[in-house]
Amino acid sequence: MRWRSFIPLILVSLLAAVLFVGLGLDPKIVPSALIDKPVPQFDLPPLPGKEPGLIAADLAKGQITLLNVWASWCGPCRIEHPQLMEIAKTTDVRMIGLNYKDDPAKALAFLKQLGDPFASVGADRTGRVAIEWGVYGVPETFLIDGKGRIVMKHVGPLRPEDIPEKILPAIKAAAQ
Amino acid sequence: MKRQIVRLAIAFLLIGGSPAYAIAVDAVTLQDPALEARARTIMQGLRCLVCQNQSIEISDAELAGDLRRIVRERVAAGDTDSQVRAHLVARYGDWVLMRPPFKLSTLVLWAGPPVLLVLGGIALWAGQRRREAPVLQPLTEAEQAKLREITAPD
Repeated sequence: MRWRSFIPLILVSLLAAVLFVGLGLDPKIVPSALIDKPVPQFDLPPLPGKEPGLIAADLAKGQITLLNVWASWCGPCRIEHPQLMEIAKTTDVRMIGLNYKDDPAKALAFLKQLGDPFASVGADRTGRVAIEWGVYGVPETFLIDGKGRIVMKHVGPLRPEDIPEKILPAIKAAAQ
Repeated sequence: MKRQIVRLAIAFLLIGGSPAYAIAVDAVTLQDPALEARARTIMQGLRCLVCQNQSIEISDAELAGDLRRIVRERVAAGDTDSQVRAHLVARYGDWVLMRPPFKLSTLVLWAGPPVLLVLGGIALWAGQRRREAPVLQPLTEAEQAKLREITAPD
């Protein structure tokens, strides 16, 4: 009968474990429904000078692509930008921008000021195509394998540590 | 009596008075009131991804406005309610539904509370049963004398 006296302790420990894990999760991060799914089939016209924009069919032509959703009015995008520059410099992944609800002139000024990591940029003036990608805020970053499948999504700005911890391993996995 | 009626009326007004719901105002709504009403009902069941505990019907977030436009488009195009919901679930996952569907990954969510309630009930019942009924001892002679003394009229 002695073991019965431990029941409350066991219950409290269980509760503590559940809360420890549960409260550590970030409720702002919505799990993506598009992981392992093909990319949405919507093209976007280019930001002037950043042709050919976003062509969905190009994402399934064997090259690994990092798609970054950004806007010049988005503060965290500025914080994230050096990380995009580094990925562009240190890997041979193709980088495509999805410019979200932005003024093209301001978007181009942003790239001129902070550097341009993108091979091409599609301009999503209405935000409609971003919804097809399940975007709910900027910045967001997707990794697409050579077959046009979304293999990773990162919500919010990429921090410097995200490159070795998340982006590079995902690129490596997608290359296999 | 009259006072009580007034009080009752006030109480009813306080409890039953219809609260003013906040509703986001869109410039473009559906022409057909029946379709618009259907779209509104669907919106109530869809969660805003920016301000997470609001439905897109009442959210002021820009994205919620964009999603409302999509819901209206789908409704106008003749989609059923569940087709409209499926359209958004395909992009944002079950998360976008205010009422998560019942499936394996949400089993704990749905079944947890009733299971806990039943377990609690069982624990309570077992605890009650184990507790011994208090045995009433008759008063001793001394106690009876004291009782008489206390209750005796002056």
